[in-house]
Amino acid sequence: MRMKYQFAFFDEGSKREIRRATLKAVAIPGYQVPFASREMPIARGWGTGGLQLTLSLVGKDDRLKVIDQGSDESVNAVNIKELIGKTTGIAITEETGEATLIQSRHRIPEIPLHAGQILVLQVPLPEPLRYFEPSEYETKKLHAEQEYSGAWLMLFEQIMKYGHMSTGADHPVLVHKRYVMAPSPIPRFDNSKLNDSEALILLGAGREKKIYAVPPHTEVVSLDFEDFPFVVEPFQGVSCRLCGARGVYMDEVHDEETGETLYQCNDTSYCLQRLNEKRG
Amino acid sequence: MDYVQEPVLSVRNLNKQYGGGCLNCRGAKADRLIKNFCPVCGTVYACRDVSFQVYAGEILGVVGESGSGKSTLMECLYFDQEVDGGEALISSYKNGEANLFAESSQQKRYIRNHMMGKVYQNAALSLKMDFSALGNIAEKLIAAGSRHVGRMETRGRELLEHVNIPSYRMKERPKNFSGGMQQRVQIAKALSNNPPLLLLDEVTTGLDLSVQASVLDLIKTIQRELGISVVIVSHDLSVIKMLADRTFVMLDGQMIEHGLTDQILEDPQHPFTQQLVQSLL
Ligand SMILES: Nc1ncnc2c1ncn2[C@@H]1O[C@H](COP(=O)(O)OP(=O)(O)OP(=O)(O)O)[C@@H](O)[C@H]1O
Ligand SMILES: [Mg+2]
Ligand SMILES: [Zn+2]
Repeated sequence: MRMKYQFAFFDEGSKREIRRATLKAVAIPGYQVPFASREMPIARGWGTGGLQLTLSLVGKDDRLKVIDQGSDESVNAVNIKELIGKTTGIAITEETGEATLIQSRHRIPEIPLHAGQILVLQVPLPEPLRYFEPSEYETKKLHAEQEYSGAWLMLFEQIMKYGHMSTGADHPVLVHKRYVMAPSPIPRFDNSKLNDSEALILLGAGREKKIYAVPPHTEVVSLDFEDFPFVVEPFQGVSCRLCGARGVYMDEVHDEETGETLYQCNDTSYCLQRLNEKRG
Repeated sequence: MDYVQEPVLSVRNLNKQYGGGCLNCRGAKADRLIKNFCPVCGTVYACRDVSFQVYAGEILGVVGESGSGKSTLMECLYFDQEVDGGEALISSYKNGEANLFAESSQQKRYIRNHMMGKVYQNAALSLKMDFSALGNIAEKLIAAGSRHVGRMETRGRELLEHVNIPSYRMKERPKNFSGGMQQRVQIAKALSNNPPLLLLDEVTTGLDLSVQASVLDLIKTIQRELGISVVIVSHDLSVIKMLADRTFVMLDGQMIEHGLTDQILEDPQHPFTQQLVQSLL
């Protein structure tokens, strides 16, 4: 017997409730809106927050792209695409420019997003102050009072320990001069793509039951100090060994034979698109 | 000493109760309470109409038995607790004309970060035990608006050196420090933003005698150097005797006696104070 699914898995009431939380998130950029996170056929912590956002938003005319750490082909990305494909029948694409809805884990695509697109980021830990303050009750108060010393203190401690800010990913940002936000574990390299974005960016945390948003053209600034400015991962003088791209986020690959360190685009669909263009 | 100047801190009719009160006790009718406690509804009247002033550059002692409301008073002044009534004014904020208790919680944070420092009996209440000693100092500086790592580190090292934390331990976590060292880090932190007012709650309780003496010495030295005003709370009259210019005595949430410390020691008026002084001899 074939299971009969509701369009986009959820009943309309559930979708509406998630969309209500989303609207609130859009109205208060960077503010974490609680929502009734639902049981999903995949385990929490595997992007259920992002998935619930996507399912609540997807319509019959949407074209969906799913990426996992830069790859459209990872098991996780494929599973999510399958679930959404099966329950909606909508078109799936790998081309960033063509997609209307992009769900992503840990990356923002290299091709600049455009107006009308929605980027959904999967978030494991939505609270940027958690390291500083374990209690949710207290962090809520700190946000309400705009008391963000803890976020800077975390960076100060890194500098004391390592001589520089050592956040590899998920470097905290100040949104619209009001809320400090965890951008999800995107590399620092992607932080600037959050600022003044053409697309709507939504962030969903399934386990922690939070939705938050960066609406188009919102100011997003990475936290730093006067004498320790925010810097992104340096890829100076480095180009992709496959497509030759520069100025994008690279993965390091080690050539076993020569012992050389080579680089290639982390965003595989971007790389592929460039290769195709080259071939003409 | 000459007190013709304006007070740095004035507190008027501060009231704080734990519990909602009942017909028996409402208005804190003293004759219906057992000490500070209503036997009918269990409400504790921890501070009752406490009023006092602190002047520039003085050390004010607050002494009283366990449970008399000393810590509650300090918690109210540092906004750790909401008061149930009364007002507090400090001269460095809005010309001393605004009741601090009526300010927004954001403003209270501002006042706390810029104009006050507090040392708790329990260091874990003020220190982040898993952050470095320097980070703990920086926390207060960041809260007061600093965004310059180099300057904060310099200031932190200066303060920690001042309280005799060796420089090779400054990046260590206070969790690994002895009780006396933790208190000294707390003092350094409380002083970091140059507050005109320092609140000390049982800073030496629980430390062994030689460590107690060194912490008290340190407080005295710092207070003289910086000329700041200090309120020091202790159930131990010998601590008060050593440090305080003026003293007031609390019993069951009320201030029962106040005056120059020497005066109170030589000629205590209230029976409770007499008892306290006698026990010191
Ligand atoms: N959170 C609370 N809830 C209920 N009652 C409290 C609370 N905190 C303090 N009290 C009561 O308020 C009164 C004053 O307590 P407080 O801690 O201020 O006394 P203290 O003078 O500092 O005593 P000690 O010398 O033991 O530190 C006591 O009767 C205490 O039991
Ligand atoms: Mg106490
Ligand atoms: Zn009562």
